Amino acid sequence: MNFLQTSRVALRALQRNKMRSFLTALGIIIGVSAVIAMVAIGEGAKARVEQAFASMGSNLLIILPGTTTRGGAFGGFGSMPTLTWEDLKAIQSEVPAVRSAAAVLRSAAQIMSEDQNWSTTVNGTSPDYFDIRSWPAARGSLFSQSDVEGGNKVVVLGQTVVDKLFGSADPVGQMVRIKNIPFQVVGVLEKKGQSPQGQDYDDTAFVPQTTFQAKVQGGLQKYIQGTIFVSALSPEATARAQTEITGLLRDRHHLQLGSDDDFSIRNLTEMASAQQEGTNTLTTLLAAIAAVSLLVGGIGIMNIMLVSVTERTREIGVRMAVGAKTYNILAQFLVEALTLSLAGGIIGIALGLLGAQRLAAQFGWPMLVRPDIILIAVGFSALVGVGFGLYPARKASRLDPIEALRYE
Amino acid sequence: MPERAPLLALEDVTKVYRMGDVEVRALRGVSLQVQQGEFVAIMGSSGSGKSTLMNIVGCLDRPSAGRYLLNGQDVSRLGRNELAEIRNRTLGFVFQTFNLLSRTSAMENVELPLLYGGVSTKERHRRAQEALTRVGLGDRLEHHPNQMSGGQQQRVAIARALVSNPKVILADEPTGNLDSRTSIEIMALFQELWRSGITLVLVTHEPDIAAYASRVLVVKDGRVQSDKKQEPEIARPLPEEEATA
Repeated sequence: MNFLQTSRVALRALQRNKMRSFLTALGIIIGVSAVIAMVAIGEGAKARVEQAFASMGSNLLIILPGTTTRGGAFGGFGSMPTLTWEDLKAIQSEVPAVRSAAAVLRSAAQIMSEDQNWSTTVNGTSPDYFDIRSWPAARGSLFSQSDVEGGNKVVVLGQTVVDKLFGSADPVGQMVRIKNIPFQVVGVLEKKGQSPQGQDYDDTAFVPQTTFQAKVQGGLQKYIQGTIFVSALSPEATARAQTEITGLLRDRHHLQLGSDDDFSIRNLTEMASAQQEGTNTLTTLLAAIAAVSLLVGGIGIMNIMLVSVTERTREIGVRMAVGAKTYNILAQFLVEALTLSLAGGIIGIALGLLGAQRLAAQFGWPMLVRPDIILIAVGFSALVGVGFGLYPARKASRLDPIEALRYE
Repeated sequence: MPERAPLLALEDVTKVYRMGDVEVRALRGVSLQVQQGEFVAIMGSSGSGKSTLMNIVGCLDRPSAGRYLLNGQDVSRLGRNELAEIRNRTLGFVFQTFNLLSRTSAMENVELPLLYGGVSTKERHRRAQEALTRVGLGDRLEHHPNQMSGGQQQRVAIARALVSNPKVILADEPTGNLDSRTSIEIMALFQELWRSGITLVLVTHEPDIAAYASRVLVVKDGRVQSDKKQEPEIARPLPEEEATA
């Protein structure tokens, strides 16, 4: 008897108990669809985190000035200006792993158009900053190095600020007032969305750093009243850049060996990989839970196959009497179990994909289905079928034909 | 003139079952020979050992001691799968309870031995149809067992036994579940097969059924008590009106 004939015999047996076959396969259907959907959710979350970090800028390091201590209480990073404009120049020119660097001065301020006003963060920076953050203009243009040198009163607005002040009108060329000083809008930044912490990147405005110091903050200063954004040459170079900058700044600030840094450096690439590890753990956990249901489905198959063998003892006896060999009976029941689990697996994949798609749509995540997971799910359900079908099938094939024929 | 080699030859066959601590000696040394073309009825009360004898003759069981030669081959020490092959090629079985596969057509039931014998689909269909026609069910090929009477079901079972052209057909109380009228019909069919040259071995406890055989063997307490050849009574199915009267 060849495989095709064995399969036909097995399929006929399953057809005779359609409801039971379906319910048995349901265990596998739920297991496989759960695995697929859960992994897709995990992958979606991962992709979202990646997206969020990518939108922050490439190979990004952020240097924050040091802390103040007043009566033993730490003021937190950035509370005391320790970074100078000379430091920035040194970072730009003396650290080989650094591609570019820009200072960002920050202040909360109210911006007014002719008939609207909005409170947002106003930043003073140089054109390098937009390059570091990979943040191009959607309309108009960014301000230039000559705007910085000239201290021109120009502003680049984030999309949220544009929406609040101008609605759908084109703001380029219009005037806005920051701290009652008129600025010309030269450009609108591309929409960037939310930070990993849920902060709106687009609720912001940028002016040249010189203008910021002169008009918004007041008074030229030696120290940078803000942070320095640094872009390393490559993701691999971020750690090297961090070490080099640390050495350079300690040197420049004349810090003794053993004393604390008076600044801190945040490595966004490292933060991103830490976050990714978190989502990977989540994916693994979800998949593990789903795999348990697949296992339960397998036990369901074994259970039904055992019932089926008992129920069909006489049939097995007849088959043996007319010449079925041990492996014929073994194959018949194995193929039955395998058919149940594979059919369950295939339906489960379809349902899992559908479920993943709906969930992705619901959360606004990208729909990510890993083809390897589909293969693993199919392979695993086949394995479940063979694994849990083997015991009942062996039991059937070892029946004594005389006993089996006599079975009531 | 030398006697032909016997089709079935049992030489001092014993069978001992172990049920827990108790040894049950079902057969205590049975020797017998069956020639090609005989119609043997094995009789005996329950517990006489006739079923055990039938199981050994049918290669469903192996003797504890002694030899069993089937068609000249010693089959008493063969393994499970070798016995399955012998059953498939040399033997045909008919049971008291028919033992047809439910929810399976007459054709498919009859094809079953050929399926395990590796016969091609086309050939299977042809031979199953031929066998069913031979037992008078040529018009019921696609019927399922639950759509047929007991007599018809037993005919399907006989067709299944016939289909692989066996040397011997073994029937275990084939009329046990049938009324007397149908029993005679079935016996008439067996006699027809016998006359066409098939060797038959039949187990029964009814003397009027054994009367249709050409040889009657009585088994008692695991031994052959008597072994007589006889002129078989001819099975004549009762006409309709007599049956209803």
